[in-house]
Amino acid sequence: MTAPSPGSGTGSAAAATQDWWGTEDACVRYGDKLALDHVTFRAVPGRVSAVVGGDGAGRTTLLRCLAGALAVTSGRVRLPPPLRIGYLSAGSGTYPDLTVDENLAFRATAYQLPAAVARERSAGLLERAGLSGARDRLAGRLSGGMRQKLGVIASMLHQPDLLVLDEPTTGVDPVSRADLWWLIAQAAANGAAVVFATSYLDEAERAVSVLALDDGRALASGTPEEIIAAMPGTLRVSDARPEGEARRRAWRRGGRWRIWDPPGQPGEPQAPGRPVPPDLQDAVTVAILARELAGAEAESVELEGGGSR
Amino acid sequence: MWAMIVKEFRQVRRDRRTLAMMIVLPVILLIVFGYAASFDVSKIPTVAAGPQAAALVHSLGKPFDLVAAAPGEGRAWAQTQLRNNTNGADVAVITGSGPTQVLIDGSQLFSAKAALGALAAVQEKAVAERASGSPVQRPQVTVLYNPELKTSYIMIPGLCGVILVFIGTIITSLGVVRERQTGTLEQLAVMPLRPRDVFLGKITPYFVVACVDLAIVLAIGVAVFGVPFRGSYAVFGLGALLFLFVTLGLGVLISSVSENQGQAIQLSVMVMLPQVLLSGLIFPLSSIAIGVRWISYILPLTYFNEISRGVMLRAEPIGPLWQPFVFLALLGLIVFTLASLRFRSFLAPAAPRHGRGRAPAALQPAAVDAGRAMQEAGGGPERGAVGDKRAGAETSGGPAVRAAAGQGDPAGPAGPADQAGSGSAGDGR
Repeated sequence: MTAPSPGSGTGSAAAATQDWWGTEDACVRYGDKLALDHVTFRAVPGRVSAVVGGDGAGRTTLLRCLAGALAVTSGRVRLPPPLRIGYLSAGSGTYPDLTVDENLAFRATAYQLPAAVARERSAGLLERAGLSGARDRLAGRLSGGMRQKLGVIASMLHQPDLLVLDEPTTGVDPVSRADLWWLIAQAAANGAAVVFATSYLDEAERAVSVLALDDGRALASGTPEEIIAAMPGTLRVSDARPEGEARRRAWRRGGRWRIWDPPGQPGEPQAPGRPVPPDLQDAVTVAILARELAGAEAESVELEGGGSR
Repeated sequence: MWAMIVKEFRQVRRDRRTLAMMIVLPVILLIVFGYAASFDVSKIPTVAAGPQAAALVHSLGKPFDLVAAAPGEGRAWAQTQLRNNTNGADVAVITGSGPTQVLIDGSQLFSAKAALGALAAVQEKAVAERASGSPVQRPQVTVLYNPELKTSYIMIPGLCGVILVFIGTIITSLGVVRERQTGTLEQLAVMPLRPRDVFLGKITPYFVVACVDLAIVLAIGVAVFGVPFRGSYAVFGLGALLFLFVTLGLGVLISSVSENQGQAIQLSVMVMLPQVLLSGLIFPLSSIAIGVRWISYILPLTYFNEISRGVMLRAEPIGPLWQPFVFLALLGLIVFTLASLRFRSFLAPAAPRHGRGRAPAALQPAAVDAGRAMQEAGGGPERGAVGDKRAGAETSGGPAVRAAAGQGDPAGPAGPADQAGSGSAGDGR
């Protein structure tokens, strides 16, 4: 089953009207470990979606599935043909011993871009990303941020229908991050469904939709507003770490402490701190926390049950 | 220092391959040098042409070993036997009209030297026995193909093979495994390239470089060392081509089972060393103990040596060389098949891609649904309608992302001041 190869650059008629790419109830198993646990994720053309989560949450696994580099163990994956996918793997995915121009030329040829089109697009993107002066430099000699920008440009050069970027902004300085964001926005403006993984939640807040993963499971998904609105309970901010049971529901952020009060357990009136409206980072942290606390509770109930027998 | 010692031992223990090499390699070297490394020739395959020639060979005694006799034939037949290395013949004794002639194949350096020595000893004995009597009839001894018994004559055709092994196996294995180390392998895996394209694209440059190297070595061998090239360039070229396929295949095979360049070099050396020692390049095959010699016959360089020496020095045509050609072709087929199979899984470690029928059985239920996307193409909303207020109607600025991306707003949208850039999930708890 080989999908017809669409004309480069313009996108196929089929892809242009495709309403989403992504996974449905996808599981990926590495041996005994379930790296993705029934995850449904939809990337919509023209929009940027973020996949967030801590280390080992399953972000890269999901992105590899979306890039066609990994098959799901069960569930479904709906993807454009390989020619219409752009992928930036963790790291820049460029050849350190090729120059910037040579890297892009290789990618353009592999994706069957006409040379003239490739030259024109490369020049435009490199110019905007501030890499014009580095075209003859070896990719291995570029700074980390420049290399990441090159990687993103290489992955979007053929104007894919689905652009999958694994941590494009990790370890990149703020100026280069701005350039990267321009590139990502440009790809979406060209009609690509853009998916990027990040561990920076402030960055995820820029995306139209967000999927938060934890331990391979979808923790929260929707627009950032939806995720924030769905946060159960309330949030306080305090200068001091709370004492007692609330300690388990507190985390440091900036120089202060955030304390989460679950629904049905509102902070006592004399409790320290003042209420604060949550943002995406708070909402995702609370979701992780709620799951951990529920898990710990279930475990203790199980232990008690086992002891009484 | 203790900490360093413990750390080093732990690392060595973890690196099973190095550990195996440290233990296995000395054993292999001991066996090879103990049983195989010998310049002594105990048996010289000899053919006899002409009346009474067979009896004469028998009377010469050891190390001459009669392998074929043709009482009705003459020098032409004998010379063909040597040229074609029929029955492995290294010496021919010809009787009949005129004095007895002995032809020695100079391309088998050690056998030739041993034959000359043995003949001289026989002569001396005969002279001593007939001291009082009639003069001894001295046979007319001719060394063919390498009359001065120059070592360079036999080494340079063999070195051509070593160079092909070097480039084909070592350099190729490094080139392929580099993709894994630079992290570009996964990128390659998702590109719309067929594994075959990647495979051939990978090895073609090494193939070309190896061909150029071969030409240079040959030219230097002929021009500087005066090594003759008496046979057909086409036959030599065909042999080199087949041999190169085997070595390139070995290179890819090695790289596909190696995690890094260090491992690839280790394995390549383990493949190259026995070829150099056991292929007949240095030690004559006939001197290698039979228990070890079988290894020689699974090494591609053994067959290439036969071809290169046969063609260059003895002008051997392709007909009598059919055996090395067939074995090289077989080895090439096996190695190349294994290499391309491994390469496919190397390219897509856990991922059968897009319905190309490469899914392992366990992964079959996973539907990578490019086809469905195509079928449903009519049902989705128009692209213009896909985007909402944030979506891609705008073509500049921050079209599909929420904040004005990249417009002097690198650290993110207006969030609380304390979240700048580092708030990862669950961070700081």
